[in-house]
Amino acid sequence: MAFIQVKDVRFSYDQEEAGGREVLHGVSLEIEQGEFVALLGHNGCGKSTMAKLFNGMLLPASGQVLVDGLDASQEENQLEVRRRVGLVLQNPDNQLVAGVVEEDVAFGPENLGLPPEEIRRRVDGALQAVDMYQYRLHAPHKLSGGQKQRVAIAGVIAMETKLIVLDEPTAMLDPQGRQEVMETITRLNREKGVTIVLITHYMDEAVQAGRVVVMDEGRILLDGTPQQVFSHVERLKRHGLDVPQATELCYQLRAAGIELPYIPLSVEECVGMFQKLLAQ
Amino acid sequence: MLSDITLGQYFPAKSPLHRADPRLKICLTIFSIVLIFCAGNFFSLGAAVAYIGLGMALSRIAVKLYLRSLKPILFLVVFTAVLNVFYGTGEPLWQWGVFKITQNGLVNSLFVSIRIITLILASSVLTFTTSPTQLTDAIERLLRPLSRLRVPVHEFAMMMTIALRFVPLLLEETDKIMSAQKARGADMESGSVLQRIKALVPILIPLFVSAFRRAYDLAIAMESRCYHGGGGRTKMKVLRFGRGDWLVLGSAVLALGAFIALNIVFPPAVAR
Repeated sequence: MAFIQVKDVRFSYDQEEAGGREVLHGVSLEIEQGEFVALLGHNGCGKSTMAKLFNGMLLPASGQVLVDGLDASQEENQLEVRRRVGLVLQNPDNQLVAGVVEEDVAFGPENLGLPPEEIRRRVDGALQAVDMYQYRLHAPHKLSGGQKQRVAIAGVIAMETKLIVLDEPTAMLDPQGRQEVMETITRLNREKGVTIVLITHYMDEAVQAGRVVVMDEGRILLDGTPQQVFSHVERLKRHGLDVPQATELCYQLRAAGIELPYIPLSVEECVGMFQKLLAQ
Repeated sequence: MLSDITLGQYFPAKSPLHRADPRLKICLTIFSIVLIFCAGNFFSLGAAVAYIGLGMALSRIAVKLYLRSLKPILFLVVFTAVLNVFYGTGEPLWQWGVFKITQNGLVNSLFVSIRIITLILASSVLTFTTSPTQLTDAIERLLRPLSRLRVPVHEFAMMMTIALRFVPLLLEETDKIMSAQKARGADMESGSVLQRIKALVPILIPLFVSAFRRAYDLAIAMESRCYHGGGGRTKMKVLRFGRGDWLVLGSAVLALGAFIALNIVFPPAVAR
């Protein structure tokens, strides 16, 4: 059974009001343990809503969200669901609670009622995992954006959730901060086997995932490996979505009649391909 | 510019006072303040001052910093001192119309000034040597018995923690909004008081809007991290009453003994 099962979920904000704008029109999605899924889409396509459905922050109007077999819409399951699904938000400033880095990371485990030694062990481990251990006694407002976001991620790691959902974690960061956060996420997935759902609108971030799900206007448009998804250049463009720059370039070259063996996804891949082509 | 304001005024250092249990430090601060108010003559006041002086010396923090903490209340000290000089009773040493200076007035004035200054110094010893998180933690623990009377002690401590976390953030934001409004031609430095107050409105409104947005985000982040009130919560750092704390407590008992003795033996210096 898949770790996350979203079954025909509909959702609208202002559910009480008749004619409230529906954001999700019957979405179904399954996520297995250990996957690294990128959820792509425009602003307002429903991807952030999805993030909050995964941990029961929002409840579907119809349909079902199952986390590890637990129904996320049941009140009595909520704490259990949140022990399994961690959420990292876009603005790092707004999600840190305490005035000292290590105390903030301890916030989640403290809520779980763990013994002090266990909390200490988890906090140290989580800070080392995001490479922020040497900043453990700093005040969050003195850190850079990327560092703050890594502390926020550490706060979720310390809870040892099986799934981490990140809602545009790099949107407010500078290029260096973005890179730091992306490296941390991929390392977590690869080395610790944490399931990752990365919500983003940066195509080059989505390429790093093992699976890409594209959403548009409350529906799932495409679902597959990055190679599969980004081969639909026409379709993505029709829905006003971008493809990675390297993919775009090679797609245009192909359209202009130049023969290329395959369509690359990243700049490195693209350079490699051209070097081989030119050497021939 | 605005973000220079530091809250809590904590100065990290390695001193016996920094290591002491914050709960004990809070109690001792209140204890010394009570001593200062109960002092009836210069000898017992001197004992209280010496006790606080000992605390200052043990904190290993430069005297200069303590003096700086007195700056904001300098006016208050001078004001009450001057007032007390003229409100004395007894034979006037100097008189001009209704104004007269008596020996009693001078003594009173000196006494009150020392009182106010040591009061501030006592609280400075606490805030200089205790980090804001330790302070909130200690207050939460000290007030815990009140939660039986349904006083929301945990919620109160949580509010303090969050306030301490967000004050620098909101200050920074105010700075940003001010710059943004100035760039749009807002004039905040000239005009009458009323005009200047009006000029603050375009700063306060965006600040409030953003504060509410932050609060919404924070609530989601806290709930996502399994926050469900104070029940069933544990702490990473458990406050422990160590051997050093017993020494500090012992010193307080000695000081109290000396203080009471001096207060009884010598006659009251101040007519109250």
